[in-house]
Amino acid sequence: MADYKKLEGMIDSTPIMKDYADIESSALPEFQIDSKIPEGPIAEKWTNYKAHQKLVNPANKRHLDVIVVGTGLAGASAASTLAELGFNVTNMCIQDSPRRAHSIAAQGGINAAKDYQNDGDSVYRLFYDTVKGGDFRAREANVYRLAEVSNNIIDQCVQQGVPFAREYGGLLANRSFGGAQVSRTFYAKGQTGQQLLLGAYASLNRQIEKGKVKSYNRREMLDLVIIDGRARGIIVRNLITGEIERYAAHAVVLATGGYGRAFFLSTNAMGCNGSAAIQVFKKGAYLANLAFTQIHPTCIPVHGEDQSKLTLMSESLRNDGRIWVPKKKEDAEAIRAGKKRPTDIPDEDRDFYLERRYPAFGNLCPRDIASRAAKERCDAGYGVGTGNAVYLDFKYAIERDGVDAVRDRYGNLFDMYQMISDDNPYETPMMIFPASHYTMGGIWVDYELQTSIKGLFAIGECNFSDHGGNRLGASALMQGLADGYFVLPYTMQNYLSDQIKVPKFKTDTPEFDKAEKEVRERIQKLMNIKGTKSPDELHKKLGHVMWELVGMGRTLQGLVKAIDEIEEVRKEFYSDLRIVGSADTMNTELEKALRLEDFLVMCKMMAIDALNRNESCGAHFREEYQTADGEAARNDKDYMYVSCWKYTGEGAKPILLKENLKYEAIQVQTRNYKS
Amino acid sequence: MEKNINVNLKIWRQRGPKEKGSFQNYRVENVSTGTSFLEMLDMLNQQLVEKGEEPVVFDSDCREGICGMCSLYINGHPHGPVQGITTCQLHMRKFNNEDTITIEPWRSAAFPVIRDLMVDRNAFDKIQQAGGYVSFNCGGAPDANATPISKEIADEAMDSATCIGCGACVAACKNGSAMLFVSAKVSQFALLPQGQVERARRARAMVAKMDELGFGNCTNTGACAAECPKNISLSNIARLNREFLKAKIAE
Repeated sequence: MADYKKLEGMIDSTPIMKDYADIESSALPEFQIDSKIPEGPIAEKWTNYKAHQKLVNPANKRHLDVIVVGTGLAGASAASTLAELGFNVTNMCIQDSPRRAHSIAAQGGINAAKDYQNDGDSVYRLFYDTVKGGDFRAREANVYRLAEVSNNIIDQCVQQGVPFAREYGGLLANRSFGGAQVSRTFYAKGQTGQQLLLGAYASLNRQIEKGKVKSYNRREMLDLVIIDGRARGIIVRNLITGEIERYAAHAVVLATGGYGRAFFLSTNAMGCNGSAAIQVFKKGAYLANLAFTQIHPTCIPVHGEDQSKLTLMSESLRNDGRIWVPKKKEDAEAIRAGKKRPTDIPDEDRDFYLERRYPAFGNLCPRDIASRAAKERCDAGYGVGTGNAVYLDFKYAIERDGVDAVRDRYGNLFDMYQMISDDNPYETPMMIFPASHYTMGGIWVDYELQTSIKGLFAIGECNFSDHGGNRLGASALMQGLADGYFVLPYTMQNYLSDQIKVPKFKTDTPEFDKAEKEVRERIQKLMNIKGTKSPDELHKKLGHVMWELVGMGRTLQGLVKAIDEIEEVRKEFYSDLRIVGSADTMNTELEKALRLEDFLVMCKMMAIDALNRNESCGAHFREEYQTADGEAARNDKDYMYVSCWKYTGEGAKPILLKENLKYEAIQVQTRNYKS
Repeated sequence: MEKNINVNLKIWRQRGPKEKGSFQNYRVENVSTGTSFLEMLDMLNQQLVEKGEEPVVFDSDCREGICGMCSLYINGHPHGPVQGITTCQLHMRKFNNEDTITIEPWRSAAFPVIRDLMVDRNAFDKIQQAGGYVSFNCGGAPDANATPISKEIADEAMDSATCIGCGACVAACKNGSAMLFVSAKVSQFALLPQGQVERARRARAMVAKMDELGFGNCTNTGACAAECPKNISLSNIARLNREFLKAKIAE
């Protein structure tokens, strides 16, 4: 155990880092990072890339097999588009149908630089807002490309029959989201993710019907198979039968989502996990920027110990809702004690703290800033509800626009809130509090979305690429679909063009035998522990450590303590885990245990990454590094890089590699949402 | 205000599709009324695991009413006694202390039980694969604002597209018909200009696939719409009937 007292006042934590990671090795030439950013001015990079990349001719595409793991926006769009191009696609889905992937739960919308509102939007502005929102920790070239293809996504989705909201004249409607001063968000009620996913699912179904995509449901990837240094297949567990299955291909694409359930309680679905990322990490893929985990400001607060997940209230609510806590501590105390109601507090005694601190963006400031500001007020004793909640009030919008207009915009969200909380948000303000929602960090990829393992690609939330330190609202859907529809299907050909003479792979090779054997041994090892704690009990414990110490406010001491406490949970896991039932049939407890085992690795890596980053930046807030007025103090001199972690073996220190970030098209500045 | 209640559960347990199932009785105590129904089942499963027994298997994922994965038949109603919500949105405040709650899987020939409360809804995917899409390849789409669509039509298409594919309509129907599910998708595309070209083919193909997969006939009872967690309207079925008839006449 570390001596936490001794850590006090130790701001430069490099000596501490030496205990957890090998940070010198990054200087070695064999570990240089090549992000493959094309030459030329930013606006021409993607065009130039496409003009010069190698393609695969239609006859040869037929001979090439691709595995896509995941069926969310990124996975489904990639699988269907690769199949449309002529590749043979094998598509894995963890749920019972591709339509249920967690992208379906995205509520608010999708950004695009269409400038249909004539409010000054452009590809450059969307690019600029995204880089700035990400606090200058995203790769410029990737973000520009994202903004460039954003318009194609809207065209694609409309043609699929996605019923976006429209104006009375019949053209598409837009709304505003956090971190932007233009209206560029396209939406379908509060169900945009659902409609976009069903669009991608429809395109996928067309290819399944044509036989170009083979779709396997209720399968969970358990390992990556590498042959001669290239990704050539996967091992999966059939969740219905418990059988271990093998699949081979010329290339493998991961579209497996984020690791937000590291915190146990999150807005993610029950099945969301970080396992595929950990599997490929152990095989040589780098994990990048893991400390950048988004805590979403508008979620329904935690109600009790038996809670299994948290529910998000769309960011779009911040268009019309005003966020406040009482100005006077005694009012907050009275509300918490049930002696006063929020409606008893007159306007002059309400602290609209976002409008007060960030007048230019007000309630629409980015998520990381809004979350931290809520925590700051609650920590200072002004929280309502259990003390960990703030108000989101629609009184003012109802007074201004009428109750019908508000119902028209947010009716389904208000109903959802009432169902969960038993409060009527038309009459009393909603209570909200931040919760784990999205992970900007993930598997490192180059400009082509290829990982550090040849032939292994990562798209959507599971990669680290476009959001830097913080993701703006309505940009996750944009990135997932950009990767799947318009980026990967092109960039992948640059890799596959070398593979046209490689015959189809069989799954009876020694590499597959070995990988399957290891998976079986791993499962057996967990089954044999025969302790007393269920996977959920241990996951809750781990989640608690992560939320308290690796959550919204992080410190040197806290992170060192977190690493120790994660280690304690890990020991308990391997000595006292109980999995009832058997491994050779459906076993939901075994599924949870396997995911938790991977989360234990992920959580430690998140803490190490947070410990390494001695600055406050985006969603990563180190309390030692803040300005006098409590804003994040970024350190561009020492940390303007993507932190890439390389696995070196069980229990060994990971190696830190740095991808230095260069900003050529955009002037680096301190993020300012005040004026 | 929230309080704690005790509930008695009668839950269908079944090892596999071909095995005989039966109801088993359980009791969960001290459930906060602010807890969701599925969290109450999580509590039960935690109790079972502590006793070394296998947990009750049920589907659930997003737990916010949109993925369509949860599928419990509670006290004789798909998704339980409250209208317009999914099982995961049901909260224990809708039950009383010492209530006995009966929980079954969807029961339909087209949805075989996998284990306990989990069923196989693959037939729904197959129906969508038969024609639930606009046939075009990525990259070929015109500008999104090239074709105006009236707000009323777009909103109506959105209402149809809101279907989450949970299967409650089939479970609620005495004939096990999938008409509401199929009609919602056919309606969405029949309303929108993008869906016009394949309109007739789509209606024919999806209905044919539905019939092939063992779903029953529609006798206009309306239980499907009454139990639908997303309030998909019966008018979709009327539209599908028109679409199908027109397609047949045009053949």
